[in-house]
Formats: sequence, structure tokens, C-alpha cells
Amino acid sequence: MKIAETGDSTHLGVENGRREMSVPKMESSTVRFLAQTILFLFWSAMAVWAGEPTRTSPHGTNIFAPASTPAKSIADLSVFVLVITGIIFVVVFALLVYSVVKFRGRATDAGREPAQVYGSTQIELAWTIIPILIVVVLFLATARVIHAIQDAPEPTGSVQVTAIGHQYWWEFRYPKLGIVTANELHIPVSDLSHPTPTFLELLSADTDHSFWVPELGGKTDLIPNHPNRMWMDPQRTGVFLGQCAQYCGTQHANMLLRVSVDGPEEFASWVRAQQAPAIEDAGAIAGRRVFESNACMNCHAVDGTPADGRFGPDLTHLMSRATIAAGAAKNTHNNLRLWIQDPSAIKPGALMPAMKLSDADLDSVVSYMETLR
Amino acid sequence: MSAVTTSFPNTAAGWQLPSRGKVAMAGLIIAESAIFTIFVVAYLFYLGKSITGPTPGEVLETPIFYTICLLSSSLTIHMAAKCLARGIGFAFLGFWLLTIALGGLFLYGTAEEWHRLIYEHGLTISTNLFGTTYYSLVGLHGFHVTAGLVMLLTVAVLGLCGRIGIKQSGHIEVLSMYWHFVDAVWVVVFTVVYVLGR
Amino acid sequence: MSSNAITIPGTQIQARPWVDELHQWVTTVDHKRLGILYILSALLFLVIGGVEALVMRIQLMHAQNNFVSPQVFNRMFTMHGTTMIFFVAMPVLFGFANYLVPLMIGARDMAFPRLNAFSFWLSFLGGLLLYFSFVGGSGLYGAGNAPDVGWWSYAPLGARAFSPGHSSDYWTLALLVSGFGSIGTAINIIATVLCLRCPGMKISRMPLLVWLNLVMAGMVLIAVTPLSAAQIMLLIDRYLGGHFFDTQAGGSAVLWMHFFWIFGHPEVYILIIPSFAFMSEIIPVFSRKPIFGYPVMVGATVCIAFVSMSVWAHHMFTIGMNSYANSFFAITTMAVGVPTGIKIFNWIGTMWGGRIQFKTPMLFSIAFLFQFLVAGLTGIIQSSAPVDWQLSLSYFVVAHFHYVIVGGILFALFAAFYYWYPKMTGRMLSERLGKWHFWLFLIGFHLTFDVMHIPGVLGMPRRIYTYEPGRGWDTLNLIISIGAFIQAIAILVFVANLVISYFKGARAGNDPWDAWTLEWSISSPPPAYNFATVPTVASRRPLWDLKHPEDPDSRYE
Repeated sequence: MKIAETGDSTHLGVENGRREMSVPKMESSTVRFLAQTILFLFWSAMAVWAGEPTRTSPHGTNIFAPASTPAKSIADLSVFVLVITGIIFVVVFALLVYSVVKFRGRATDAGREPAQVYGSTQIELAWTIIPILIVVVLFLATARVIHAIQDAPEPTGSVQVTAIGHQYWWEFRYPKLGIVTANELHIPVSDLSHPTPTFLELLSADTDHSFWVPELGGKTDLIPNHPNRMWMDPQRTGVFLGQCAQYCGTQHANMLLRVSVDGPEEFASWVRAQQAPAIEDAGAIAGRRVFESNACMNCHAVDGTPADGRFGPDLTHLMSRATIAAGAAKNTHNNLRLWIQDPSAIKPGALMPAMKLSDADLDSVVSYMETLR
Repeated sequence: MSAVTTSFPNTAAGWQLPSRGKVAMAGLIIAESAIFTIFVVAYLFYLGKSITGPTPGEVLETPIFYTICLLSSSLTIHMAAKCLARGIGFAFLGFWLLTIALGGLFLYGTAEEWHRLIYEHGLTISTNLFGTTYYSLVGLHGFHVTAGLVMLLTVAVLGLCGRIGIKQSGHIEVLSMYWHFVDAVWVVVFTVVYVLGR
Repeated sequence: MSSNAITIPGTQIQARPWVDELHQWVTTVDHKRLGILYILSALLFLVIGGVEALVMRIQLMHAQNNFVSPQVFNRMFTMHGTTMIFFVAMPVLFGFANYLVPLMIGARDMAFPRLNAFSFWLSFLGGLLLYFSFVGGSGLYGAGNAPDVGWWSYAPLGARAFSPGHSSDYWTLALLVSGFGSIGTAINIIATVLCLRCPGMKISRMPLLVWLNLVMAGMVLIAVTPLSAAQIMLLIDRYLGGHFFDTQAGGSAVLWMHFFWIFGHPEVYILIIPSFAFMSEIIPVFSRKPIFGYPVMVGATVCIAFVSMSVWAHHMFTIGMNSYANSFFAITTMAVGVPTGIKIFNWIGTMWGGRIQFKTPMLFSIAFLFQFLVAGLTGIIQSSAPVDWQLSLSYFVVAHFHYVIVGGILFALFAAFYYWYPKMTGRMLSERLGKWHFWLFLIGFHLTFDVMHIPGVLGMPRRIYTYEPGRGWDTLNLIISIGAFIQAIAILVFVANLVISYFKGARAGNDPWDAWTLEWSISSPPPAYNFATVPTVASRRPLWDLKHPEDPDSRYE
């Protein structure tokens, strides 16, 4: 089984003579196609049977529904590996069942022992060499994908994001665009002929985390003092879900990810909106005063105001996000109020303290938050 | 169910198996080597990575004299074991006590060095990565020297009471294996800390 | 005449007062009793660890459930993992090794009986220390008690800054203490096997169980000690201000991972190799044939031991190693599958041409073969690093390792229980209850762990106390939880079998299975001294030679 290298390569286009990113496609075979179909039907059936929708908006978290090149090459490799291990399973299982059925002891045997066979060098050689060959094949397929994904060069059309993991939220910075946001990532859709992939640098402010959006790529950890790098080039628009995959403490389960893949105009307008400083709404002066005098600004930043805290999420465009508390709750008036009143009501163990605001202060600061579009 | 007579053929003569004390000590040495390897790996990995504080080159002084003490104690314990195997109790005790003295000197040397590092250079286990890895590695070794000295002292006391004779020479050999191990580890630690690390 | 009859010594059987009996057990240095103590303590922790699993499964039955708080859930998975590995699997395997190795080599006890006792009590103390944390420690944010850092306690989560209080220290100390116990037992096993074999039992004539426990013991010496070293480093960080894993001072969180997995991967082979040992003794007896390819089985095991020392970073494929490192660990992981597969083929080769008896030990053994095959294959799937970039840290991994540990190791252990219980107690376990145990557990196991692979593929990470509805995970988790309860019932049937058969089981006699190794040549239970006269052997199956003098193994070896 050789892996085809030319002709079938999935090219992502050449721009100004720069090296293209290419990930070799696996050699098509009937077996592989059948396996893919079966797998797709199986997973769809599982999801439907489980009562949950598979492809509504937002997208799901199915490894076998890849929407980006790294995710696709992993899915293809997975099918290849599954086919091989599946064949091994069928063969050995058949041998096992056969031996158990054919050589079962019968009452008529009583007392007589079967022929005492001690071994056979030829058979041992055969079932040593064949597995070694299988390992070689698997390894070659694997090494190819490892290098293609990890050593992919970064084209100049790419969007750069720095992701910083915190207990229990995601900080996203776009250094070249001057944007700081939290928890919900917006990236442009990438066209295979004119790729605009997103390259993420992964850092951590405290413990280990892991960035995992299955339909966009494999996961990579965020480890303090150990910067990591990953990329994705989503080829479909929509919202992709994921969450932290490395246990980071009490609320690890609620460190969710929403990646919004936008068309080029949508993305450009999102960028413009995020680059702007905070909207100044005269009706929210009271709330802003509560915010700035109650130590909120020790942790939170609102661009264009004195609030410049970095321990908690940037709130400049809080209302542009669909959820709060890293996906733990929808961004509604009531949830926002409850969150500020007592974070542990939504996310027990979150590091934001309850500020014990009076109802009046609470209402006015919520109104202020709601002006931060 | 079947009943089997337990009359096996006669014991074969000349069935020789290794001494269990030696095998056990070899096992312990293997296990301890693994522990030391991890500390050595950490030391080497963190060389040059301290963010602050004194560096090895600035503060370490090669303990040549005390190293010679420790390594010669391997020689003296070997002599002690040989003497005991030949039944020369007096010489055994002499070499044994010399071993303890040399080991004790080595420990004194470590203490002296640590005193200097702490009070003159302000290097402690919590100062920086070098401090952490240095004191852990050298300290772990020193701990093993101390444990060895305790065992050697116990034997010395028993020996002075006349309880160590040629019959105990197997046990003494096992103990000296441990002592040789401690010395071998020092060769590694010395090379890593005072030669490579600076 | 006075009614005070003169008692003739030796003719009166006096029931010993229970205090005396207890004292005998607590101070014993007899390998058989220590073996049983190991096994009983493991059973106790198995039940406790099982309850922890059930708590988690109830919480995960529905999305956004609140059966327990996140803090409690996080303690549950930490304690469940730690308990099962260190206080169930290790002790029970050491227990069987302790009991069987001297018997199988014709020795009267282990090489160092007092070290044996010391190692057991250290191990048990470790378990008590860990559970004391429920009352003595305090966890994240001082919110009380057991450790909640996961059984790997990744840096810097295990550091003082993120785990204030003492809960984490109980974890560290418990493992350090029981680790020393493990090293003691390993040294003992090696010394016993190398120095106490009966005349004629050359290394090439030892039963495979003895061989494999020797290899396991060697691995313990090299693999458990790195964990001890890492624990010491963690304690230095937490209490002496050290910076081993302090990323703010330039320390490396990744270094902890390397040290932990240099222990952690060989550890799982330390657990599976004795399970292979059970299979290699039981499958031949119930197929009525010798093991197929004895030298290859030994060679494959030694091969596994060596190669398994080079695969550890396959637990770290997602941490950002470079592509060369990822490729290296991928190929070594795939390579270790080759000798492992060879063993499966040899077991099938043993059954081939035999006359298989489907007694309970064999039922568990056959299930082991099927399940270990699947577990090994899901391991190979994950050995391909890019695939693992998706599957790592998800429920696919959880399904994989439970398939190995429950489907492989625990099934092999059940087989061992049914096979050797008669030798240890003199009574047969009930075949009827055994079959109930088997089928119930099989159904529960597959319901839980077959299905568990799917949420992983559908993106469900591990160690989460709750999950979003609408990801396709809900019904699957419900099924998984139901399977867990069925397994729990099966365990109760098993425990009932152990207890009832102790009093009511059929008498076993010396050799109820018509087997071939030395332990079946003495009474059940064996006398304290094991062998009245030290046996001499001339082949790998001394009892086969005695029962079949016309066709002894010694003619063919």
C-alpha cells in the first residue's frame, strides 16, 4: 500500500511564487471509500439516534465532519488506520471464534488429552513479519501527515491570533489588527485557491489548557512557559464549537470555545467593530461609575476608558458575543445580571468574585455592560 | 480432580543459585540509579535556564579533596571486606573505621560547601533553578551517604563488640556493594555538577 | 472420681480466640498470607473506587446534571484513577505474585519474608493516607478535602499556587509511600526467582507466570522510581520553595509530564504483564495443551518490557513536541504492538487443536482475548499522532484504557480468582454464581465501554463534570451509566460468591483442574511450609511428567 504523492495532492494555491501548502491525499480505493461511507452513515446514525441534530447551526463537534485542511487530513488518516485495524480485528476475531467453536471439549473426550504441540517456528515468523510490515505502512502514512500539519509554512495572507489560556476563559489577541477579545474567536473563511488560514500562537497565563475545535483541527495544548503553534483554514462559514480539553481546575468543563468563521466582508466588519474603542453611551454613566469604583477595572479592560485590567476578559465589545463566562451561559440580560451578582451561581469555582453589589448598582452596571457593543 | 504423588526424583547435586543478598542489593542499586538519573536529567535540562541569581560558574568550587576522600573510602571498604573474608578481624575493623572516617569527612565537606553557598552567596534551594536542582541532586546523594554511614556505624559497633566474623562476610560484601554504588553516583554527580555544569 | 479429665496434649482441637487469629494475620511474614492480605485490601479499594465511578456516572447521565458539585466530581475522578491504579491493580497483582511465585518454583517462602510484610504494610498505609485526605486535607480554594488534580497532577496545577492546602500532598505522600512498598516487593520477587528455584528448575523451565512476574518486577525497579523522584521534586517545590515545575521561574511544566509518563507508560505494562501471566497458565490447562511457543512468549515479553520504556510521550502528542519527536514516539508505540500481538496469536495457537473446557476461568480468559485484541487495536489507532491530536484527552482514550484495564486486566484477574481460589481456600467457587458473574459483567462492560468510544469521536473531552446538551453525547452517556450499574451488580455477585463458597463450596482437593505446575502438587490450602520435601523438576510441566510418565515433556524440551 503506497501513498500517492503527486497528482492527487490537495493544493491550496500558489501566491506570488510562495510555497504552497499541500497535504497529499490518500490513494483512493474502493475499500477506503466504502469505509468512509460506512463511517459517515454510522456516525450520522449515532447522532440522529441519540436524538441530537448533527449539522444544525452551530456545527457539531464530530471528528469525521472536518471543515479545515488539518482536520480533513486527520480524518482521512483515521479512516486509513481504521480500515487496517478493522481488517486485523476481523481476521483475529474470526480465528478466535473458530478455535473456540471447533476445539471445544466434548463429553466423549473424557480423560484423553489432545496432541501436545509446543510451537512452530514458521508460524511464529509469519505472525511476526506481517505485523512488522503493517507497522511500517502505518508509520509512513502517519509521518507524512505529521510533517504536513506541523511543518506547514505560514503564508503571508494568514491571520495571526495569540490565544492565552486562563482559568476558565480564553483570551484572544490579534496583534497585527490591534484587537483584544475573549472566548469567541472570529476568523475568515479560507478558499483553497486563495488561502487565508489562521495561525494561532498558544500561551497560558496559569495552568495547562488545550484548544480543541474538532471540526477545525486536532487539539494543541496551552502550557505556561511553552508557546505552541497551530493553524486552521476553515472552508465553510458558520459557528464551530469546541472546548478546553486539558483539565485545568474546577471549571474546566465550562471553558467552551465558539469559533465563528466569517465570509470576507463579515470578517472585515467584525474587525473594524472590534478595533473601535468602547461606545460611549451617556445613559450609562451611572453604571460606568459603579464599574470603575468597585474594583471591576482591576481585572477587566474597556478600551478607551481607564479600565485596563488583564486578569479577566476584555469587556470592550462584550455585547458582540453570544455567550458569557466562556460559553457557560447565553449572553442575555438575566444571565449577565446573575453572573455579575454571583458568578458561582452559573460557574461554581470560577475566579471572579461576587462583588456583593446592591440591586441598584447591579442594575446600573448591567445597563452599562449592555452598551458595550 | 487428580491426585499426584509428591515423590519427586532425588535432589540434584551441584544446584547453585546466586546469593539473595547480592541480588537484592543489585535490584536496589538499579532502582536508586533510576531515581538519580531523573535528578541528573533535571539538573542538565535546567542548566542555563535560571532567570535570576548566581550561576554555577560564579559560586561553585570543585571539591577535589573531599571527592578523593569518598573515592578512597571505596578502596578501604574493599580492603575491609577482603580482610573479613580471610578472617583477619583486626584489619577488617581498622579499614572499616577508616571508611567511616572518610565518608564522614566527605559529608563534612558537603556541609562546609553548603554553608559557604548559603551564607556567602545567598544560594538556597528556592533562589533559582540552579539552586533547586543543585541542592536536590547533591542533597539526595548526601542523604544516601548518610544512610550508608548509619549502616556502616551499626556494623562498626557490632564489630567492636566482637559480633562480626567470617560468617558475616557475605552481609559485609552486600553492604560494600551499596557503598561502591554511592561512590559511583558521586562520580556522575561530580562530573555533571562541577565539570559539565560550569 | 473427679470430673476433671486429664487432657492429653494434641488430641484437643482448640478454636483460637479471634484476637489471636487477627494477631497472626497482622504479624505474618508468610507469603501466602501476605498474598491474601494484598488481595483483600485490593478488593476493599476496588469497591471504594467503584463507588467513585458510579458517582461520576450518575452525574454524567444527563447534560447539565447537578448530582454532585464540580469540586466533588473532580475529586472523584482523581481518587478513582489513583485508587484503581495504585491501590487495586498493583496490590492485587503483587498479591497473586506473592502467593504463587514461591509455590511455582518449589520454594518455601519469598527470599525476604520480613521485607515482604513491610512492603505490604507500606502499600496499605499509602491507601489509608490517600483516603485520610477526605477528612484531613483541603483542596482548591480551601474548599476541603481529597485531591482534585487528576491522577497525573500535571504541573503547574499541582503547585502550591493552584492547589493550596494539603489535599495534593496526601496524593503525593500516598504514592511515595506505596511506591517504596512496590520497590520492596519487586526486589523480593527478583531475588526469589533468581535465588530460590528448586533443583532442576532452570530459568528456561520456569512457569510463564514466574517469568512474567520477574520481568514485571524488573520494570517496577526502573519505572516506579521516576515517579518517586518526581514526587520528591514536587514536594520540594511545594514545601521548600523549589522551582522544578515553577513556570514563573523558568521551570518546565512539560518536564513533569515527561517524568510522569516515563513512569506512567511502563506502569501500564507492569499491570498487563502479570495479567498475561495468568492467561499463560490458565488457557493451556483449559485447552489441555501446553502453551504454544514458550520461548517466543518469553522473548515477546522481554521485548515488550524494553520497547515500552521508549513510548511514553505518546501520552504527550498534543503538548507541542516537534514533528520528529512525534514521529519517533508514534513508531515506537506501533512497534510495541508487534510482540503484544504475537502473544495473542500464541494463546490462540494454544487453544487450536485442544479440547477446550468452558469452566469459569476459561470464560473470562476467552473474553480477555477478544477484549484485549480490541484494546490493543484502539491503542494502535491512537499511536498515529495526528489521529491522536483529535482523540487524545477525549472519551475515546478513557474507553481505550478502561478496555485494557477492565476488559483485559480485570477479566484476567477474575479468571485467576476462579482458578486459584480453590488452592488458597480449599473450596471451589460456585460455577453457577461464576457464570452469572461472567455474563452480567460482560454485558455491563460492553454496554459501557464499547459505547464510550463514540462520545470521544464526537468531541467529548474527559474530566468534565458536565457537558452541553445538543452535542450528541446525551443518550450515549446514559447508556454508559446503565452499563456501569450492571457491572456493579456483577461485582456484588462475585463478592457473594467469594464469601458463600468459603463456607459452602465443594472441597477442592490438591488439583481440581488437572493442572501441571508445582502448586497443584500440594494440599489446598497448602501447609505453612509449602513443600515437605523440596521438589526436583525435569521439565516445564513437572506434574504432566508425573501424570504421563510414558510421554513426559522432558523428552521434548
